[in-house]
Amino acid sequence: MADASIGSVILEARGLTRAFTGVVALRDVDFTLRAGEVHAVMGQNGAGKSTLIKVLTGVFPPDRGELRLHGAPIAPSSPAAAQHLGISTVYQEVNLCPNLSVAENIFAGRYPRRGAAGLWRIDWPRLNADARALLARLQLNIDVTRLLSSCSVAVQQMVAIARALSVQARVLVLDEPTSSLDESEVQQLFGVMRRLRDDGMAILFVTHFLDQMYAVSDRITVLRNGERVGEFLKDDLPPAALIRAMVGRELSAAVARQAHAPAAPAHDAHPALQATGLGRRGLLQPTDVMLRRGEVVGVGGLLGSGRTELARLLFALERSDSGEVKLAGEAVHLTTPVQAIRHRLAMCPEDRKVEGIVGELSVRENLVLALQARLGVRRFLRPGKQAEIARRFVQSLGIQVADLDAPIARLSGGNQQKAVLGRWLATDPQILILDEPTRGIDVAAKHEVMNEILQLARAGLAVLFISSEMDEVVRVSDRIVVLRDRRKVGELPGDTSEHEVFQLIAAGT
Amino acid sequence: MRPPRSLRSLPPEGAHAADRQSGIRAWPWLSRLAEHRLFWPTCTLVLLLALNATFNAGFWQLQWRDGHLYGSLIDILNRAAPLAVVALGMTLVIATRGIDISVGAVVAIAGATAALLIGGTLVLKGGQQTYVSRTPMAVAIVAALAVAALCGLWNGLLVARVGMQPIIATLILMVAGRGIAQLITNGQIITVYYAPYFTIGNGFLLGLPFAVFIAAAVWVVLHLLMTRTALGLFIQAIGINPAAARLAGLPERLITVCVYVFCGFAAGVAGLIVSSNVKSADGNNAGLLLELDAILAVTLGGTLLTGGRFSLAGSVLGALIIQTLTSTIYSIGVPPEINLVVKAAVVFVVMLLQSAEFRASVRAWVQRRPLPGAPVR
Amino acid sequence: MSGVAAAHPLRPRIDARVVPVLGAVAVFIVTAGFGSVAYGGFFSPQVFLNLLIDNAFLCIVGVGMTFVILSGGIDLSVGAVIALTTMVSAALVEQHHWSAAAAIPLVLAMGTAFGAFMGWLITRFRLQPFIVTLAGMFLARGLCYLISIDSISITDAGYTAIAQTRIPLFGDAASITVGALLAVVMVAIGIWLAHGTEFGRTVYAIGGNEASAVLMGLPVGRTTVLVYTFSGLCSALGGVVFTFYMLSGYGLHAVGLELDAIAAVVIGGTLLTGGVGYVIGTLFGVLILGVIQTLISFDGSLSSWWTRIVIGALLFVSCLLQRLFEARRP
Repeated sequence: MADASIGSVILEARGLTRAFTGVVALRDVDFTLRAGEVHAVMGQNGAGKSTLIKVLTGVFPPDRGELRLHGAPIAPSSPAAAQHLGISTVYQEVNLCPNLSVAENIFAGRYPRRGAAGLWRIDWPRLNADARALLARLQLNIDVTRLLSSCSVAVQQMVAIARALSVQARVLVLDEPTSSLDESEVQQLFGVMRRLRDDGMAILFVTHFLDQMYAVSDRITVLRNGERVGEFLKDDLPPAALIRAMVGRELSAAVARQAHAPAAPAHDAHPALQATGLGRRGLLQPTDVMLRRGEVVGVGGLLGSGRTELARLLFALERSDSGEVKLAGEAVHLTTPVQAIRHRLAMCPEDRKVEGIVGELSVRENLVLALQARLGVRRFLRPGKQAEIARRFVQSLGIQVADLDAPIARLSGGNQQKAVLGRWLATDPQILILDEPTRGIDVAAKHEVMNEILQLARAGLAVLFISSEMDEVVRVSDRIVVLRDRRKVGELPGDTSEHEVFQLIAAGT
Repeated sequence: MRPPRSLRSLPPEGAHAADRQSGIRAWPWLSRLAEHRLFWPTCTLVLLLALNATFNAGFWQLQWRDGHLYGSLIDILNRAAPLAVVALGMTLVIATRGIDISVGAVVAIAGATAALLIGGTLVLKGGQQTYVSRTPMAVAIVAALAVAALCGLWNGLLVARVGMQPIIATLILMVAGRGIAQLITNGQIITVYYAPYFTIGNGFLLGLPFAVFIAAAVWVVLHLLMTRTALGLFIQAIGINPAAARLAGLPERLITVCVYVFCGFAAGVAGLIVSSNVKSADGNNAGLLLELDAILAVTLGGTLLTGGRFSLAGSVLGALIIQTLTSTIYSIGVPPEINLVVKAAVVFVVMLLQSAEFRASVRAWVQRRPLPGAPVR
Repeated sequence: MSGVAAAHPLRPRIDARVVPVLGAVAVFIVTAGFGSVAYGGFFSPQVFLNLLIDNAFLCIVGVGMTFVILSGGIDLSVGAVIALTTMVSAALVEQHHWSAAAAIPLVLAMGTAFGAFMGWLITRFRLQPFIVTLAGMFLARGLCYLISIDSISITDAGYTAIAQTRIPLFGDAASITVGALLAVVMVAIGIWLAHGTEFGRTVYAIGGNEASAVLMGLPVGRTTVLVYTFSGLCSALGGVVFTFYMLSGYGLHAVGLELDAIAAVVIGGTLLTGGVGYVIGTLFGVLILGVIQTLISFDGSLSSWWTRIVIGALLFVSCLLQRLFEARRP
C-alpha cells in the first residue's frame, strides 16, 4: 500500500487563508503531512483547527493558498471529491449509515458485481469476504453482516477506517476519534494507527486530549488565533511548552486578581450547591463541586476537558448516572431543566445560537422568556411590562440595541450574549451557571460582563464561571476547579496565577 | 408576533439594499407596507376579488332579503367559515413544527356525533307536528366538541409523549377516522330534522351568516389567548428553537399536546358548521381534502411549514383566498374541477417561493455577477 | 482483540431489521388462519389468489411506495396518477381510437415523467416531498377532469381481452389475471432492485442517514430523483392494471389509494422514517389489507367501514412498535 516512501511529503498546504464575514479563521497557514507519520494539530477555541481540517478535507475551499497532494495541486470541491483524491476522514460522529451492515458500509458505492451478460447483481459473498479481509488488517474479527448500529462506537470507527483503506486513502484524517471511547478501545485504536503509520499512511490526528496526543503522535502543529505557531517533533515540545504555545502569552506568574470583598454570608449553614461524585459515563468522571452564596467558582481547563459537561449535568440538561446534588443542604434529584429552574438555578449555555437565542423573536421577548416560563402561561407580562424589564437589563448590561422589537438575530454576537445573560438574570436566580459568557464579545463588553458577574456575586448569588480565557477565570474567581480530560484534577484558591493553573493541568494525574 | 416581515420570509440585509435601488425607496411607506407579512396575501385576495368582479357583473352587489344580507361576497364569507376555523387550529400546530392531516376525518366524526345525538323525530306537540331532538341540542354540541377534542388529545399524546413524527401520528387517525365516523352513522347519511340545529350553518345574526360569527369568535378568542397570555410567545419559541425553549424552561410537551387538542376542537367546530349547513352527516364525504386546504390556507397566510412565527389573520386571509379562488373559477365559467389544477399551481408557486434554494437560484439569475477580486465562494 | 461479539453475549442473532417484516408475515398468517377456521370456503386457493387479483394495482403501487419511504420520503400522488392513467388510456382508446399496444407505453411514459418531475423539484430546490407530491396529486386529478368530468367506459377489444384473460394455475384449480401476474413480477423486480443493485442500496443508505450518504460520496441527488421516477412508473403501471380492472377512466378512481399504499408499506414492516424495510414486506402488507377486507365481507354482519378502523389500528400498532424499536436503538 505504501506507494510513497516513509518520510516523503504527501500533503502540503501553503498560505491557507479563510475568512467568514469579517472573522479571519485562518491566516497564511502552512501545513505539511508526511507519509508514515501521525501528525497532531493542536489549538484552542478560535485557533482555526476545525477550519484547517475542513479546508484540507474539501468541505469548503480556502480564500487564498494552495493544496498539493504528491506535489500536484488539488482543489477538492466536496468531501466526496477529497475522498476520491485519497484524503479520507473519520469524523467524531462516524458518518456512516447505521442501518446497513458493516461490510456494506465499507464498500458502499463500490460494490463488487456479479455479471454475466446483462445480469448485474451485487456479489454479496465477495463483498463480505473482502470486508472480512480488510478488517483483519485492522485486527478486528467480527461478523461483517451485522448492522453497524449494533456495533460499539469503537468498532464503528474501525469500520470507517476500513472504508478509508478500501478507497486506497493516502491521507487519513481522524477528527476527535476518542471522545466516546473507553481506555481499552483507545489503546486498540492507537494500535491500528501505529500499524497503518508503519505501513506508510499519513495520519492527521485531531484531539484535545493531551496525554493521548503524546502517546501516539510523531509531529505536532500548533495553531493559535488562526495562525500557525509552529511545527514541532513531539519530543521537542513538552506539555508546558505546548500549553504556552497554544495559549500564547507569557503566562503571568504574578497574582493578577482583582481584590473584591468576599460577600459570602457567614451565617449560611449549607452551601448553595453541593455536588458529590456527579458524573456520567462518557461525559464526565465523578466530580465534586461546591458553590457558596456570594462566591464565584471558576472552572479551569483546556478545550474538551469537561467543563461544559459539568455545567450541563448540574443544570440537568444531561442525565447523570452517578453522584448526588444537594441544594442548600437538601438533596434533590433534578432530571429536567424545568426542575432546575424551579430550584432557582439558571444557565447561560455555551452555544448561544443553538440553545440560547430564539432568533426570530424580538430582543424584548428573548429577555423575558425564562421569566415568563417561570411565571407560567396565565400570568402574562404585557408588552409594556416586558419592555420595562427588558430596558432594565439592557441598561445594566449595556446591550446596544436600537429597537427592542427587532429580531434578536440582528444583534451582534456580543449583544446577543448579554441578552441571554439578561434573560437569566431576570429570573432572579440563586445559582447562576455561566458557560463561556464572554465568547465572541469585544474587549469592552467582556469587561462589562465580568464586572456584572462580580456584582452578582456580591449581591449574594452563587456563580459557576466557565471560560476558555484563563486570565478571566483567574481574575474573577474565588476558587478554581481544574479539569483535564473529563475529570477533576484539583482545586486551587482564587489568588492563584494562570501559570499555576496550567501547571496543574499539565501535570496530569 | 408583530415585526414586519414579507411573505417571502426574512430577507438578508442585502435584499433591502436591492429594493432601495430599484425605486421602491421613492415611496418609503410603500416599502414598509410591502414588508408587512399580510401584504402579499391581501394583494392576492384583492386581485382575485377584482378578477371575480370583472367576470361577474353583480359581484359586489349586496341585497337585503328575508331579513339578511345576500350576495356573492356573503357567500364567500359563509363558505370560507369552516375552512377558516380549521385553518386557525392548524396554524398553531404548524407553528410548533407539527402538522395535522386528520382534521378532515375529525370534521366527519364531529358532525356524525352531533347528528346522531340530535336526529330529529316527529312528535305531536300541542296539536302541531314538530321535530324534537333525541338529546338536548346543547348536550349534543358539547359531546361532538368533546369527541373532537379527544381526537386532538390522541394526536397530541402520540406526538409529545410517544415521540412519533406528527405526520405519521396524524396519519393513523386520518386512516381510521373515516371508519369511526361511519361507525357512528352506521354507514348511512344521517339526516337531521331538528330546525334549531340548522342555525349554526344556515342561520343569520344581524344580517350576516351565523357561521361567520362562529369563525370570528374562534379567531377573537384565539387572538386574545395568544396576546393576553404567554401562549403566543411560548408557541413561537418552541417552533423557532425547540432546544433553546426547553433550556429556558418552557413546558414544551404540555403546549404541544394543547395545540393538537385545540386543532381537534377547531375541526369539531367546523364539523358542526358543515353538518348543520347540509342538514346531515356524511361519514365518507364530510371534510374531504379539508386538511390539504387548511395547510394551504396557513401557508398562504405567511406561516412557514417549518414553524415559528405565525399569523392568525394570515390564515383567515388564506381561507378567504382559497374560497374566492373557487368562486372565481366558477364565475369565469371554467369547470369547477379545474380548481384542482389551479390549487396545484398555487401550491407549487408558494412552496418554490418559500424555498431558500429557489430564491437563491432566482437571485443568481437576476443579480449581476460579483465584482472581480471578491473572494470566490 | 477480536470483535465485539463477546461484549453482547445475550443479544439474539436475529437481524433487528427483519423483525418488523416477520411481524407482518405473522399477522397475515394469523388473520388468514383465523379466517380459514371461522369461515368455510375461506381456505381455498382461489380465495387467496383473489387477494392478489383484487389488490394487484395496490401491490404494484406499493412496490414504488416502498422505495420512496425507504429513502425517507413520501408520495401522495400515486392515487391521482392512477386516475390520470385510466383517464388518458380511456380517452386515447375510446375517443382517438388508439390501440392498447400504443396507449399503454404512452401512459407508462407519462407516469414516469410525472414522477421524474416531482423528484427533480424535490432534489433541486430541497423541497419537502409531502408538499411536492401533494401538489402533484392536485395536478394529476385536475388534469383528469380537464380531459373529462364524467367517466369514460372502455369497450376497446384489446383492453377487454386482456381484462378477461385468466392464466390457469395448478392445472385449472385456480387462475390469476394479467394484473396479478404483473404484480408478482413487479415485486420480484423490486426485490432485485433493493438487494442486487447499487440504486437500491443507495436508497437504503439515504434513508439511514442522508448526510452520511453524501459524505460517503454516494449519488444521493440522482438516486432521489430516480426513486420518485420509479414510483411514478409503478403508479402508471398500477393505473394500467386498474384500467383492466375497472374498464373505465374516471377522475374519482383510486381516491385515497395513497393512504392504503402507505398503510400497506408500513404494516409490511418498513419504517416511515426510512432505511429499514423489505419489498416482500409490502406484499404481505397488501395481502393483510386484502384479508381484512375479505374477512369483513365474509362476515357480513360487520360493515365495510370496519376495514378502515382495523387498518388504522394495525397502522397504529406498527408505528408504535417502530417507535419503540427506534427508541431502544443506542
